[in-house]
Amino acid sequence: MDLSSALHGLLGGGLIGLAATLLMALLGRIAGISGILSGALFERGSDRGWRLAFLLGLVSGPALLLLLGLDWGNVAPRGDVAALGSAVVGTPLAGMPTMLLAGLLVGLGTGLGSGCTSGHGVCGLARLSPRSLAATLVFLLMAMLTVFSVHQLAGGGA
Amino acid sequence: MKPVAGYLAGLLFGLGLAISGMTDPARVIGFLDVTGAWDPTLIFVLGAAVVTTFIGYRLVWRRATPLLAGRFQLPSRRDLDARLLGGAALFGIGWGLSGYCPGPAVASLPGLSGPLAAFLVALVIGWWLACRLAPGH
Repeated sequence: MDLSSALHGLLGGGLIGLAATLLMALLGRIAGISGILSGALFERGSDRGWRLAFLLGLVSGPALLLLLGLDWGNVAPRGDVAALGSAVVGTPLAGMPTMLLAGLLVGLGTGLGSGCTSGHGVCGLARLSPRSLAATLVFLLMAMLTVFSVHQLAGGGA
Repeated sequence: MKPVAGYLAGLLFGLGLAISGMTDPARVIGFLDVTGAWDPTLIFVLGAAVVTTFIGYRLVWRRATPLLAGRFQLPSRRDLDARLLGGAALFGIGWGLSGYCPGPAVASLPGLSGPLAAFLVALVIGWWLACRLAPGH
């Protein structure tokens, strides 16, 4: 990590915090992506409109950076990657089978656990919620153990 | 006005994810890889997001109600149960396998690829299953 990564991280994190604050100030809602997206898909009622609009906005952010030609998002030094698209939104590292399994686990897990990195990790910690603190510690620990295990299975040196 | 509010909040959120590098699975995995070449960038992202939200919420909650809605809707439970912790554990495994949590996965739609599409479809199936397994929570 270099200084520009840290600065991008601070700036991006600040914007995420402003987004969560704005949603609370205007609509009185937690900015939890798993709740907003699953609610938009599976719940009927008056919340569907703003939830769909939020998701449209979420996609517009990186799209706007791409349209403006700003090579801002993925600040990791990648050397040979020339395409701006992958510079802003990154490239999946895993193949189809792993991504299917991962998506299923993330959906099931955030559905049962009532939140993800945004709902528990950002909004919940900011509310000083003990449930969110516990959930955040558990998913961080399990994610780190998973990455460690995958590397061990891949033959140590990978 | 509510959809406009939702759109603006989503736009800021999406810009924040992309600018911070959260939409790059390589960067996320680099942060989770504590025994490898560890990349601490996500500490800065999460730290700045939590501090900004902590201060922002307290300023916002000085009002009795939100500007465009009748009341603040906050989770009230404070107890820990198996569903919360088990769900968080499953989520952590999926996050570690892919480097994607729900926000960055959706925000990355402008760069949609086969593996990302597979992740998003499975994500929706996972939520549907969670609704079936634990209805009306």
